[in-house]
Order: sequence, then structure tokens, then C-alpha cells
Amino acid sequence: MKKSEKRLFALSLAAAMLFVMPSSASAMHIMEGYLPMGHAIAWGAVCLPFLAAGLISIRKTISQNRKALLILAMAGAYAFVLSALKIPSVTGSSSHPTGTGLGAVLFGPAAMSVIGIIVLLFQALLLAHGGLTTLGANTFSMAIAGPFLSYGVWRLCRKCKVNKSVSVFLATCLGDLFTYCVTSVQLGLAHPAAEGGVMASITTFMGIFAVTQIPLAIVEGLLSVAVMLALESYASSELSELAYAHQ
Amino acid sequence: MTKSVKLTIVALLLACVVIAVFPLLKIKDSEFGGADGAAEEAIAQIDPDYQPWAESILEPPGGETESLLFCLQAALGSGVLCFGFGYLVARKKYKKD
Repeated sequence: MKKSEKRLFALSLAAAMLFVMPSSASAMHIMEGYLPMGHAIAWGAVCLPFLAAGLISIRKTISQNRKALLILAMAGAYAFVLSALKIPSVTGSSSHPTGTGLGAVLFGPAAMSVIGIIVLLFQALLLAHGGLTTLGANTFSMAIAGPFLSYGVWRLCRKCKVNKSVSVFLATCLGDLFTYCVTSVQLGLAHPAAEGGVMASITTFMGIFAVTQIPLAIVEGLLSVAVMLALESYASSELSELAYAHQ
Repeated sequence: MTKSVKLTIVALLLACVVIAVFPLLKIKDSEFGGADGAAEEAIAQIDPDYQPWAESILEPPGGETESLLFCLQAALGSGVLCFGFGYLVARKKYKKD
């Protein structure tokens, strides 16, 4: 393939991965119209600097190491697959993993804000899951808070010389769980209970989202370790140039 | 990929299946609806006067179309992921020649 053709192909891969994320109808994400306008706008505004940082971070990674594009496409595709899988949980409800923790460990947390918002946008537009008015809040929980926590846990584990697989498990599992805790807080702030106020509401939503998510977070952690082991075996040259390798 | 890594990956995937299937066997009287539906009910209780002020632009007409879109999402995602792994595995295999 010529260089221009290769570039076209890489672009088409990226485009393909964007379309992967349409759905995940009944799971997490704050439903369209369920946040008051003030909250919706505030959460959206909070996301903007992270998205800018994400675009800069992705551009830097790709310009330094073109081969990383394949790994980035794979990390994005991983998030799309996982957010399509609605898995039954012990509470009798279903929810889906986020899949953004693995990319955060590989590329740093900012990059995942861009990938995450694309996933959420497609789910909101095509599948009536989440929504445009709640896009900011959902982006903050799934594409910013979760990945940043994952990255923090990953760095901390590596500093404490924790085994690499265990670190990946803890980072992706806790990042997934944290996403839903943030969702609960966002809903609690928007809908304080008549008795007990914001805290009582947060507890109610935690009971719905976070408890349902515990087994799914463990599934996401285990799957991410499996993918990471495979990448370590076959893509060590790419990984060695990412943020991942310097921990 | 060494044998022990392969075995670990298989064991991890099996553990995922067990965790996902366990609630299905254990809890009999549930349809496993979405947690966001449960949240809508909770909001209706906490804040009975709240009216959602926006509606989704496009809504799949029914369960079949929705599951089509979900399948498509998962299929495209795993397609890209597996293309990547196929490429990487073959690259390693034929590198020396």
C-alpha cells in the first residue's frame, strides 16, 4: 500500500470504530431530559477543557508514533464492544461496562475523553440511550472521571511495584465502578430528596447504579487484563513507546 | 505467546462468563431490565413533579431494530479489534523470514 492509501485505511478504521458505538439501550447513562438545564450546561462546560486536552494528547501520541494508531483504534473498538454488552447483574437489573479504562492505562486519561464522547454521541443519536441534553454529564462520568481514576490507580499501583496484571485489573475495575458512582452523584445533585436532600438521593441512586455495576466492573477488569496480556505478547514494540511503558 | 499466558487468558474469559451467568441462575423472578429504567422510577418517586424536558431525536421503533443496532455496534467493534489482533499475530509470526 502507498503511504496515502495507508493513511486512508487508518482513517477508515477510525471511522469504523466510531460507528461501532451506537448503542447500549438499557444500562447506565443519564436519560435524555432528566437533568435540569442548568446542570446539563454546567457539566458540558466542565468537559470542554478535558476534550481539548484529549485532542492535543491524541495528536501528540500519533505524531510521535504512527504505529500507535492501530492500538488506539483497538482501544476505541474495545470501548464500543463493551458498551454494547448489557450484562445481567446480581441486583436483577442489567448494565454495561464502559471499556474506557484500558485506553486510559495505555494512552493516558485525556485521550479517552475524546473516544468516550464519540461513543456517547452515537448512543444518544441512534439508540435513544443517554441523550444530547445529558451528554455533558455522561461524558464527565464515563469519559473523564472513570478514565482519570483508572489512570491514577494504575500509576499508584506501579509506584508501589504491584504486578502489572493486577494493576490493570484494579485500574479498569475501579474506573468502571467510579463512573457509575459519579452518575449517582450527578443524579442526586439534580434530584434532591424531600427528606434527607442530596445525600439521601445519592444513596438511592448508588443503590441502583453502583451496586448493579460491581460484578460488571469485575468482568471489565478481567477482560482488560486478557486484552493487555495479548497486546504485551504481540504488540510490545508499540506499547514500549506509549505512556503505558514508562510506568 | 507462552502457554501459561494462553491459559491465563482462557481462565480470565471463563471467569467473566461465570460472573455474567451467575445472576441468571440465581435470580428467577427478574427480567433484568436496565438500571437506567430503575433510575427513572426512583426519580419519579423522589421528585414526582419533574417532567423530562427533552426527548430523544431518534428512537428505534421496537426491540428488533434496537437489537439490530446493538449487534451492529458489537460486531463492528469486535471486527476492528480482531483485525488488529490478526495483524499483530501474523506480523510476529512472519517477522523472521
